[in-house]
Amino acid sequence: MPPSTLVLRRNARSLSGPAFVRWGLIGAAVLLLGVFLIVPLVAVFTFAFQKGWEAYVSALTHPTALAAMRLTLLSAAIAVPFNLAFGLAASWLIARFQFRGRSLLMTLIDLPFSVSPVIAGLIFVLLFGRQGWLGPWLLDHDVRVIFAVPGIVLATVFVTFPYVARELLPVMEAQGSDEEEAALTLGASGWRTFLCVTLPKVKWGVLYGVILCNARAMGEFGAVSVVSGHVRGVTTTLPLHAEILYNEYDLAGAFAVASLLTLLAIVTLVVKKFVEWRSHPS
Amino acid sequence: MSIVVEQLARRFTQGGSPAVSRVSFQAPEGAITSLLGPSGAGKSTLLRLIAGLEIPDEGRVLIDGVDCTRMPVQQRGVGVVFQSYALFKHLTVRQNVAFGLEVRRVPKAERDARVEEMLRMVQLEHLGGRYPGQLSGGQRQRVAFARALAIRPRVLLLDEPFGALDTRVREELREWLHALHERTRLTTLLVTHDQQEALEISQHVVVLSEGRVAQAGSPADIYDRPASPFVASFIGGASVLHGHVQAGRAAMGALSVAAPAAAREGEAVQAFVRPHDIKLAKALAGAASASTATGRVERLKPVGGYVKVFLRLPSGDEVTVEVPRSEFDALGVVEGDSVRADVRSATVFVGDYSI
Repeated sequence: MPPSTLVLRRNARSLSGPAFVRWGLIGAAVLLLGVFLIVPLVAVFTFAFQKGWEAYVSALTHPTALAAMRLTLLSAAIAVPFNLAFGLAASWLIARFQFRGRSLLMTLIDLPFSVSPVIAGLIFVLLFGRQGWLGPWLLDHDVRVIFAVPGIVLATVFVTFPYVARELLPVMEAQGSDEEEAALTLGASGWRTFLCVTLPKVKWGVLYGVILCNARAMGEFGAVSVVSGHVRGVTTTLPLHAEILYNEYDLAGAFAVASLLTLLAIVTLVVKKFVEWRSHPS
Repeated sequence: MSIVVEQLARRFTQGGSPAVSRVSFQAPEGAITSLLGPSGAGKSTLLRLIAGLEIPDEGRVLIDGVDCTRMPVQQRGVGVVFQSYALFKHLTVRQNVAFGLEVRRVPKAERDARVEEMLRMVQLEHLGGRYPGQLSGGQRQRVAFARALAIRPRVLLLDEPFGALDTRVREELREWLHALHERTRLTTLLVTHDQQEALEISQHVVVLSEGRVAQAGSPADIYDRPASPFVASFIGGASVLHGHVQAGRAAMGALSVAAPAAAREGEAVQAFVRPHDIKLAKALAGAASASTATGRVERLKPVGGYVKVFLRLPSGDEVTVEVPRSEFDALGVVEGDSVRADVRSATVFVGDYSI
């Protein structure tokens, strides 16, 4: 055995501590993981299937459930591209340029993270609601925002605002702008440089941000709940639909919808892991 | 295609000291011009101003007689090579070289032919399908040269192109760049802090210090006739001797060398002596002359083919002397010995500068 290996082994042992500490910590971690993650996961699917496969399918194919799915997909389909465009523009601006108001912009991007989603929903009610600032004007022009689909989309956009920008900012800052400058000297326009040089450099960061943004957009409850008004089949998203069924003691139905959101979470985690693996091949 | 810079100034922070302050110089057509200076002298900023990657606060940049101070980078027709290579990591070597041609909508057949020609020129034709991450530092820098030259630039701007490479590769590439320039005769501006590099491959050298031009001229001018104490000490690793004008000569204790004609009696002088401009001999051997002094050997440092001898002169000044190995062995001195130092040439400036 070469001497360097010996030294490494000895160091590894001196760093690891006695056996009871190691097994104690591992045991605590496994217990915590089991109670907080595995048991709930199993519970969701157990409750969902407690009345059998047919009840599960009929709960998911009920018109109000289908409407909830459509609305969830719609709000994600609007919120994700919007926040992708905003996130790319904002992170590029903040990472590449020094300007007045730069730190204010960064704080504003973080705002949805620091504000409770319920408060975020209330802000929209105060702005667009019947009693709100813009309420009378909207009423006169027959535009409904609160207790309607536009309100749900707005609330979703607001709470998912920071995801892409926050994910991209460190990536953009770490990479510097040498390659962009090289592209400019070779005659590429700013737009072309962005598409052919900047975007390929940050593509995994973009994808990662989009995945997180999408998961949050589809799973958002608090802000959406405030602006929704819970009009069944019209302004209910999947999480709201699950809540309604649960409040009506339709446990199998509620958990069937919940299982759908759980599957979404699992798919998100798998894709996220894949993206992490692709962006840092070791 | 000469480059002319007139009164160029750039300040990054308001109220701070300028990175480049009113710099004027010319890079003659078809020559390699070096911008030489210590770090922080404003060399890279100057290059970026000429490339169009920075906008000057004042002054003008003329390429081939045309004012392009306000011209966008894309239209200047400059080829730039960065120290960090700045290759597009997601593109192959061939795609990297083709990038500028694609942007310019060069037809595919012509583009392919030009890319192959460039790859041959940098001797990388067999690596066209590789990604930059699969190449060595020297190969990457050659790709960067090929990419910059593929667009047939009017001038070539090099920002410390060999700074990130190890000594051997750096010397190889320096030779290669020299041969390349012999063939292309492209007006080239080379930013470097390595005086060896500047003196070796350029026909014109602009020495910069704290955002200003300290001296501009041929490598021989810069080396043999430094215009200021800064240039004298920066180029060639000279030691400084302090003294006064006495009887028309610069006297440093018993040692004296010719003083500048304008020097007045009693004025303070500084003499800059290069490490190989001092000849050492055994103390008391031969006749002493005005240009000799006896010094004490403080320290010896063998550096490959020669030995660095650190001498303390009676005046208190320390000088560094480089002695070829064979000569040193014949001399046979050890630390603490007294030796006689014969100053063969020195550059003398009047006044007491501190650098």
